[in-house]
Amino acid sequence: MAGQDDNWRPLVRPLLIPTWVVVGAFALLPVLLMAVYSFLTKEFRGGVIWDFTLAAYDQFFVTRGLFGDEPAQLEWTYISIFWRSLWQAGVCTILCLMVGFPTAWFIATRPAQTRGIWLFLITIPYWVNLLIRTVSLKFLIRDNGPLNESLMSIGLIDGPLPLVNTNLAVQLGLFYSYLPFMVLPIYAAVERYNFALSEAASDLYATRWTTLREIVLPVVKPGIIAGCILVFVPALGAFLAPDLLGGAKTFMIGSLIDEQFRGSQGNWPFGAAVSMILLTLVLVALLLHARAAGREGAR
Amino acid sequence: MKGVRHYPGFLALTLLCLVILYAPLAVVMAYSFNGSTSITEWGGFSLRWYGDVFTGPEAGRFGQAAWNSLTIALMAATAATLIATAAALAMVKGGRFRGRTASFALINLPLMVPEIVTAVALLIFFTTVGLTTGYGTILIAHVTFCIPFAYLPIAARLEGIEATFEQAARDLYASRAQAFRLILLPLMAPGLASGWLLAFIISLDDFIITNFVKGAGMETLPTAIFGSVKQGIKPNIMAISTLMLAVSVLFVTAAYLINRKGRQSP
Repeated sequence: MAGQDDNWRPLVRPLLIPTWVVVGAFALLPVLLMAVYSFLTKEFRGGVIWDFTLAAYDQFFVTRGLFGDEPAQLEWTYISIFWRSLWQAGVCTILCLMVGFPTAWFIATRPAQTRGIWLFLITIPYWVNLLIRTVSLKFLIRDNGPLNESLMSIGLIDGPLPLVNTNLAVQLGLFYSYLPFMVLPIYAAVERYNFALSEAASDLYATRWTTLREIVLPVVKPGIIAGCILVFVPALGAFLAPDLLGGAKTFMIGSLIDEQFRGSQGNWPFGAAVSMILLTLVLVALLLHARAAGREGAR
Repeated sequence: MKGVRHYPGFLALTLLCLVILYAPLAVVMAYSFNGSTSITEWGGFSLRWYGDVFTGPEAGRFGQAAWNSLTIALMAATAATLIATAAALAMVKGGRFRGRTASFALINLPLMVPEIVTAVALLIFFTTVGLTTGYGTILIAHVTFCIPFAYLPIAARLEGIEATFEQAARDLYASRAQAFRLILLPLMAPGLASGWLLAFIISLDDFIITNFVKGAGMETLPTAIFGSVKQGIKPNIMAISTLMLAVSVLFVTAAYLINRKGRQSP
């Protein structure tokens, strides 16, 4: 029996060929080509000339003054856009964790029959088009929108809160977009959690909150980290929330990249370089996670 | 003390979570039935904006965009499901082999790379190889990023099917092909269905990548909505959004029910 099973196994392996061809040609190859593009020379009509240069990275990191004749200094314009994106994505991750963990815990501790329904309720908005969700949020929080109107009618505020075109609106948009990503992996971890551990801690006179901190959090940590990555990575490169809910002052990496590929004003090598820097940040985050997970597993 | 599972305030946060997730959608749904031309004033319940979606001045543009979205999603989901099914069979049934880890990373690559980076990379790629951006390039892009979404439920389902079913069929002198066609494939069906449905929704929903590879004059529903919203939110957008929302909910509910049914049978 076993022999019969083993010798047909190699026969199904070629079934991976279509994946290799399609994903290799239309996902891996384009990213590699983009890396090459980031070292090319910009053509003034928004194309490229195949001359290798570090100009795009130079433009990102270095400034030599308005006329290019001053001593080279660190360019803060783009670094601060990255910093704002990192900050916004970081705050978003923490907020999602603060709401997502209790939600995931609550759902995972329901009776088995109702768990599926709670989970389903959480996942539905995730499947609704992100664009539509962002537009809906904009509609809700705009100056004379339903949120401001109802807050004013109950007398909580006198004039409308200016929410749209602020960092707060972008933050709200990011939080709203990626919250389900936090709940699902933590839910999966809590569902597997052995509650006897909590009971043992309780028998030893630990308070509930001590148990949560000392026992539960370390055990479900992989789920928490997975959730944080699933929120942080897309939030970092988000385009719709900053574009629709933010203004000029809330420029994030996504908009910076987008701008470089619009019409004749664009700069493709620079856009490719910014994308490369974003991709590097993401890969570093993923590698750190993989290393941490590896160390965890070795213990 | 209500036991170790209960933490005070967690229910409140869960309800807050649901309110945050649903409030904007509920508001837009409610306002899509607004009879007024202004989005600010309530002009009584009316279906006029739903009528406007199909017969109004923008009906042609949105109709064409909806048709593009639908046909692309149908083809992309089907192609991605076929490719992902083949990959899942190789990964789950192929034992250990060289390149298995690399294959796994490749399947998940579209999930790892930030969407905007994928979008830029594809635009650069299509331009370099000289493919005119339009319907075809959107389709290629959608097939590619739908593969991991189709793969996940299919592989999960396949892993849950014990080898004994197939072995029993083989013991009863079924050929490999017969065992696959008559036993394995029907057992995989729920996974295939939810994989296809998820890929379909993912394709229907995509905005960022489509926006980069669509070329001039070609629109899908999300890019058409985005173009319209840039000039301000109009009532017809709320009706279109509500319709799209309904389609998504319908498909996810179908996927959920099929999956649950699948888990109940063997």
